[in-house]
Amino acid sequence: MDKTIDEINRRIRDGSARVVTADEMPSIVSELGEEGALKEVDVVTTGTFGAMCSSGAFLNFGHAEPPIKMERIWLNDVDAYGGIAAVDTYIGATNKSVTRAESYGGAHVIEDFIAGKAIELRAQSSGSDCYPRRNITTEIRLEDLNQAIMVNPRNAYQRYDGATNTSDDTLYTYMGTLLPHSGNVTYSGAGTLNPLCNDPGYRLIGSGVPIFLGGAPGMVVGEGTQHSSAGNFGTLMTTADMNEMSTDFLRAAYMYGYGPTLYMGVGIPIPVLDIEVVRRTAIRDEDIPVSIKDYGVPSRSRPVITQVNYAELKTGKIELNGEEVRTSSLSSYRNALKVARTLKQWIEDGQMILNLPTRRLDPSKQVKSMRETRKVALVQEIMQRKVVTVKEDEEIPEAARKLLKGETNHLPVLNEQGRLVGVVTTFDVAKAVAHPERRVRVKDVMTRNVITTRSDEPVDIAAQKLDHHRISALPVVDAQNQCIAILHASDLGKLFKPGGQGL
Amino acid sequence: MKLLVKLSHKSRPIIAEVVKDTGILINVDRARSDAHEGEEALVDVPDEFCRLISERMRSLGAHVSILDEGVRHDRDECVDCGSCISVCPKEVFSFNSEWELQVETKRCILCGRCVIACPHQALSLNDV
Repeated sequence: MDKTIDEINRRIRDGSARVVTADEMPSIVSELGEEGALKEVDVVTTGTFGAMCSSGAFLNFGHAEPPIKMERIWLNDVDAYGGIAAVDTYIGATNKSVTRAESYGGAHVIEDFIAGKAIELRAQSSGSDCYPRRNITTEIRLEDLNQAIMVNPRNAYQRYDGATNTSDDTLYTYMGTLLPHSGNVTYSGAGTLNPLCNDPGYRLIGSGVPIFLGGAPGMVVGEGTQHSSAGNFGTLMTTADMNEMSTDFLRAAYMYGYGPTLYMGVGIPIPVLDIEVVRRTAIRDEDIPVSIKDYGVPSRSRPVITQVNYAELKTGKIELNGEEVRTSSLSSYRNALKVARTLKQWIEDGQMILNLPTRRLDPSKQVKSMRETRKVALVQEIMQRKVVTVKEDEEIPEAARKLLKGETNHLPVLNEQGRLVGVVTTFDVAKAVAHPERRVRVKDVMTRNVITTRSDEPVDIAAQKLDHHRISALPVVDAQNQCIAILHASDLGKLFKPGGQGL
Repeated sequence: MKLLVKLSHKSRPIIAEVVKDTGILINVDRARSDAHEGEEALVDVPDEFCRLISERMRSLGAHVSILDEGVRHDRDECVDCGSCISVCPKEVFSFNSEWELQVETKRCILCGRCVIACPHQALSLNDV
């Protein structure tokens, strides 16, 4: 007893459509059975509310007098795109302000516009006969714009991996604060309410389908960037008019150490046409797997530590290597529910009529990695192979002589077997000299927790280590923890020399 | 009740002395030593002995103030994501059955981890 989209729309128009939110569907199906649920339910509304970095908006300011073709554009000192002629721009959510604290970015400009605040527009041009003006500074509000069309290249991920961190240091990532030694787990996504999880075959979600976006009625443009439906990591490109949005469903955010991002509320109504739709929308938190990946490994392919599901994550703790670890959601389930419930209200009130995709999305697409034609610079290309070391049992004056002779501020410290066991710096030696009564040998003053690198590690990773730990040298070790070289912060400069390949 | 105890560098082991004197057990939630500002400890004491302990500590030369406010939660900025929940060492944050963030400031030791972890700048510390 299949239904047509026209039958469902007729019911929406006359106010008799039965609309439920996606979290209610599993129990409806278990109570009424699949046939019963098909008969009973006309529309299932989904919703999600979380960080969607790949978001932004096209803005048109109208022409100035004399006119300008804006080539470089700033909104509250956040760079906006100046390559789409005259008085159009695209403001992206993750761009940072060039003058304010880095916690203000494109996302905040978008939120401020929607909140009705005035935004400073600055623009420059090289000038032309048709557009003589070279610069402009003005204050504008959303109502002053001709168009403010949000177009988000990548929204509503079908799935998202969770994160933990096995390294010794706290990490600040787009997955939030990750405590050392797997001290916590963070995840994102609305589980049972997630739009694409309720239509994994892309039968009903596709181009032209009406959606809820940031409080406004919008639609799906098509597949989102990085769409990888074959691996259940599909995404959507979405659009809606910013004038109809509300800060209840769109919030700028700042992830410490990462930068600005935009929290978006996205909801998609799914018409219950046949048994297949009933089965798919009956998906529960338990049915959606989440891989927890180790962000302690600074590589694209981060190892999977464990596999859990949303039901487990939502309890607030999971087991990791026999220990209980607390979980944090980065997205808001409460607001995801609010999105799905608001969308349900719209449809019950006859405000949104449904339609099938005008063009379907590819359900079997696989994302590719970047093609890189230049090899990445490795530590071995710039490290100092001549490294002066000291033994842990040597006395302080010997260390001082070696520092002078080696013209260095860092001495890797070796044990009897020649393995790296510490580092002493000129500061450590100076301190020892100032307090001769307390410290006599290198091993008494050295730093034991040594941050090291490997010769085959990319320079960027080593540079991040120097930066993160606020240190200026890294001993280079081999697999046996033998110190084979040293990398000084000053060695990074070699990459910029003529003939060097650059970073 | 939480007390913020400020000590000078050369002071006696005041906390230990007060525990020994009064027999009341004190929990040190957080302690900090700073070259400029001296030493500072955030201690948890039973409510009924708060006054007695403060007075004893003051008589031994410590500067003691009652800390009656923990982390500040801005309801308008908060989106109820829960990023703060797993980074808090004292389980100050939790969800109610409606997935609304609950904040038990009484347990807060003002470590500041959640302030950094909050993507919406909804959490802040008072200067103490």
